[in-house]
Amino acid sequence: MTEPSLFQEITDFGNRANPWPLYEKLRSRPVWQEADGTFVVGTFREIYSLLHDPRISSDPANLLPEYADKAGPLAQAGSSLPPSFIRTDPPRHDTLRRIAMRQFGPPHRPDRIEKLTPLLEDVVTKLIDGLADRQQCDLVDDFAYPFPVAAITGLLGVPPEDEPRFSQWVGPIVDSTGKDSPELTQRRTDAFQQLGMYMFQLAQSKRDNPGDDMLSGFVTDDGPDGRLEGGDLFSALILLLIAGHETTVNLIANGWLTLQRHPEVLQRLRTEPDLAIRMVEELLRYEGSVHFLPNRTAVADIEIGDTTIRKGHPIVLVLASGNRDTGCIPHADRFDPDRPDNVHLGFGNGIHYCFGAPLARLEAQLALTQLAKRLQNPRLVEDPPPYRPSPVLRGPIHLPVAYDAVLPA
Amino acid sequence: MRVVVDLTKCQGYAQCAFLAPEAFRMVGDEALMFDPAPSAEQRVKVLRAAAACPVQALQVDVADLPHPPPEEKVVAAKGDRLRRDGRIVIVGASLAGLKAAEQLRAEGFTGSLTVIGDEPEEPYDRPPLSKQVQTGFVTSTDTTLPRRRDIDAEWRLGVPATGLDLERKRVSLADGQEVEFDRLLVTTGVRARPWPVPEEAALDGVFTIRTRGDAAGLRERLLAKPKRVLVIGSGFTGSEMASVCVELGIPVTVAEAGTAPLAGALGGVIGRISAGIMREHGVDLRTHTKVNSLQGEDGRVRRAVLSDGTTLEVDVVVVALGGIRNVEWLESAGLAVGVWGLACDAGCRAFTAAGLVTDDVFVAGDVARQPQPMFGYQFLAMEHWGNAVTQAEVAAHNMISSETDRWPHLEMPAFWSLQFGHNIKSVGVPPIADQIAITQGSVESRQFVAAYGYKGRVVGAVSWNQGKWLDFYQQLIEQAAPFPLPYDMTDPPADRTPVPAEFPERVFPAHDATVVVTGHDPSERRAVLIRSSRRR
Repeated sequence: MTEPSLFQEITDFGNRANPWPLYEKLRSRPVWQEADGTFVVGTFREIYSLLHDPRISSDPANLLPEYADKAGPLAQAGSSLPPSFIRTDPPRHDTLRRIAMRQFGPPHRPDRIEKLTPLLEDVVTKLIDGLADRQQCDLVDDFAYPFPVAAITGLLGVPPEDEPRFSQWVGPIVDSTGKDSPELTQRRTDAFQQLGMYMFQLAQSKRDNPGDDMLSGFVTDDGPDGRLEGGDLFSALILLLIAGHETTVNLIANGWLTLQRHPEVLQRLRTEPDLAIRMVEELLRYEGSVHFLPNRTAVADIEIGDTTIRKGHPIVLVLASGNRDTGCIPHADRFDPDRPDNVHLGFGNGIHYCFGAPLARLEAQLALTQLAKRLQNPRLVEDPPPYRPSPVLRGPIHLPVAYDAVLPA
Repeated sequence: MRVVVDLTKCQGYAQCAFLAPEAFRMVGDEALMFDPAPSAEQRVKVLRAAAACPVQALQVDVADLPHPPPEEKVVAAKGDRLRRDGRIVIVGASLAGLKAAEQLRAEGFTGSLTVIGDEPEEPYDRPPLSKQVQTGFVTSTDTTLPRRRDIDAEWRLGVPATGLDLERKRVSLADGQEVEFDRLLVTTGVRARPWPVPEEAALDGVFTIRTRGDAAGLRERLLAKPKRVLVIGSGFTGSEMASVCVELGIPVTVAEAGTAPLAGALGGVIGRISAGIMREHGVDLRTHTKVNSLQGEDGRVRRAVLSDGTTLEVDVVVVALGGIRNVEWLESAGLAVGVWGLACDAGCRAFTAAGLVTDDVFVAGDVARQPQPMFGYQFLAMEHWGNAVTQAEVAAHNMISSETDRWPHLEMPAFWSLQFGHNIKSVGVPPIADQIAITQGSVESRQFVAAYGYKGRVVGAVSWNQGKWLDFYQQLIEQAAPFPLPYDMTDPPADRTPVPAEFPERVFPAHDATVVVTGHDPSERRAVLIRSSRRR
């Protein structure tokens, strides 16, 4: 048995709670090459450059044949579906993303997200109200998961009563990212199929009875680029559902964990109304939920320092490591909610910048502020908490929190 | 509230437009229009927008922030008299002057600071004047620039500087007063080049567009639905004005003496694309066409006679023929000034007429003519928003730093323009290029990037609705990467073969060299600037 590589150590579940020392080691070199030919990049400047480099591709078709298995579970399990915009390059990417954006934000629907604020606030209030009959909760299952799920299903126009069925399908698709076994692959394939069938039926009913939701827009409101047909529509919907479920859950859970570990910031959040705005940016940097972008490759050799990233090889960009790069970010290891000019990689950068970022920001700001104000004397029951298996979308699977009481909203 | 967006940095992520949709609006995929003075009710939304900007391009006035950022305490070095209680005078109260003042205070300058400006207003932002002010999204009086910090300056506004005495270290003002300085920063910028025939330029309805007053007057005329607007010149301002007219539904003719719109800045290849877009939008674009005369009745402009033999009925004329650098007040100061600006070294220290570097006079912004190490050390004046900011910051730093701490100004030139719904961004110095090649995307879809090459090196790039890629090209320019690009990229164009970039022939700056050298012994040799008008 050979020594595990640094990247294998990073993905090892045993290091999930504290990957930061490994990331620091990762940053001692801009580029690492794994034995299997994968290139791993963990420094801020190099990640930023590669995210703006037109030689980098998100299209799995550009991987060499021997790396087909690296195409990622989304590409494999959903192999009957065409790739969504996160797995395509321009010009296809730009068109698909523009069509999806038409129903989500500017320029066509500029105030969709901002207008959602009262509804989001209301969901948060009710979820926290629901914690009042106890003195301990699981902040993930009782709050951080149901909140963004309510938001994304509402936005898309999925009836709330169907949500439990979603959770069943989405779980296996997401939790297996970065880790594989035949059984998991089968479960994922089944989940994709069932989710697809459900969405097909829902789209039919929206066509007949459109509402003011994204799915209705997708099937009735065509822009200059036309509409997403068949597989393209389902790919986009599944992407939005999964991303809308799994990333914000982790942002809120990681955020609360960080606040409990920094009681002085938690205290300030109770009294300084605007603190959450910049604090959430700092959370995205300091404890963001997407730790890697695992699915890139190159269409040409790229020289970085004295290393050459080879055409067709897989490339992993370790965003969470870049976000703690003291070479570019002053006192990067410190959680500083007042940090000025906070340019971070929490949502990636370049053309694939997180589609749902504005929604995630708003959700985290509203959620963490109200939790801070209403939970009286909150304490972590376990620190570190148990983590999800995924090294890519990293966050606690449970976050038990004890408190004395819940204050009224 | 006061807000400004650094649109050089902006890459069109639209986060601000999501979170504060009344104040920030996307045009197309990536161009941004913003309200520089959002109402107080929008404060939280605007703060959200500012925090969310992935490139931190959005600046909010310090008075509108939750709490002022902690002051960076810079302890003045012992014996550093200048930094502690020196007298600094900034002549020119626009973007560069303001940024320099902020930088001086940020770096711990505690002496006296005087800012002199010929316009009566506090520093304001000019790019909106030819865009969202003309379409009516904002008013010209809303464009006051936000402050990043307290500047604690004495403002002498509405009083132009008229002269500089380097021996006595004094700036003289139009009101007869003098201001003494230890260090001087010149940020007097440019003014609009007026229509060359004074009687015609004075006709009611003939506008240039550089100041708030210009913009307000023009906006009022456009509101009255003129029958036809004539735009003279199709550089960026002229093209943006044509775009505004189209948006407002006003018939517009553009008279361009050269081959195509934007050809001076981006070359004939890009110019033809731009011409095609203008015509698609119904602009009556006439290239190779000069305006022979403007004719009026009762003092109002009525007609324009063009060199193509036609006469147009027009009620508004926008003269967009570029700018004139405001250096006249320096003519007898013994500095290296001319129509090309005030020359300085890479650290923004002004040159004397003899080409010696001064210790106490610095220059920044549109008026500064600086060697560009990345571009063959050519002396170039960059009339770009981002240049005014970065050059002012470097100048301010150097003004209060010892020789070993001085910075060179090596920022990559960059600019943007928004017209006909298209976001055009550029890096580097395209006009020095001999070739251009489309590198990504397609011209037909109006989503592409092109690189400019000079003698086998990348020297510039332009993106058309593809601004998120420009950082890559900036790196190529900084690395003096080979041109044409020797590797594959995603979204390849149908044809990436380089073609001539087709820039108009450049006028050699030395045409204006008007220096007389006297003396024989090296210690006696002197160069004296002679104005061409005086020579006659």
